Amino acid sequence: MSFSVKKDKSGVVVVGVDGQLIVGNRQELKQKVLDTLDGGGRKFVIDFAKTGYIDSSGLGVLVSLSKKIREQGGELRLAGLNEDLQTLFELTKLDTLFAITKTAEEALAAF
Amino acid sequence: MSLRLHVTALEMRLDVPGDLAVVGDAVELVASRLPAGTLSPRRLNFNFRTALAEALGNAIRYGTGEDPTQVVHVRVELGQDAVRIHVTDDGRGFDHAHPPDPTRPENLEREDGRGLFVIRHLVDDVAFNAKGNGICLTLRAG
Repeated sequence: MSFSVKKDKSGVVVVGVDGQLIVGNRQELKQKVLDTLDGGGRKFVIDFAKTGYIDSSGLGVLVSLSKKIREQGGELRLAGLNEDLQTLFELTKLDTLFAITKTAEEALAAF
Repeated sequence: MSLRLHVTALEMRLDVPGDLAVVGDAVELVASRLPAGTLSPRRLNFNFRTALAEALGNAIRYGTGEDPTQVVHVRVELGQDAVRIHVTDDGRGFDHAHPPDPTRPENLEREDGRGLFVIRHLVDDVAFNAKGNGICLTLRAG
């Protein structure tokens, strides 16, 4: 499992989650995003196209990051959820909290 | 402490130290040795892995206090009709009867409080021991 952080040409930060986002690695993701936020990044996409599963701690860190980014005047979008992950967001009603697109490209285009 | 999985035809056993960093490896170790056939690949990849990660994470956080010298016990019963995941710690247990509803508007932006809710949607049955420090998750075949 690993996280990749890239900035596209318009300055949007795209974070890829490879494997899983769970209690054991959520702090690593949080720190990477907060470091980028401190460095001036304001528009974020987290891409789950290569993600197998997310536990409740992973969901929690997304909620926390979304709040922190909004407090700085930024926005966090989620992309690439598979059918099971999409259902998880719907069950927890977190789909009402996040802007979710099918692909990272769609999320980038929507900024 | 390295992870050592004990496997028989009827069950798998794994002791996991109270360290959240090992949850992912422990889940993969158990899931990768689950015999094919009882659970569909999709349910194994998502429901089984997420439910085990959830139960292990809770036991390590609240049962061991994230003390790596303490241990959480995982036992997976391998039935033809179902797979049962037992996760037990040596903690004092917790009150699982009245968890707050994480989907209520006032709880939506909370960082925590979704664990049991998520587990209940991933598996077919959830049971606790009397003390509240052991959980049994049943995934029926299919």
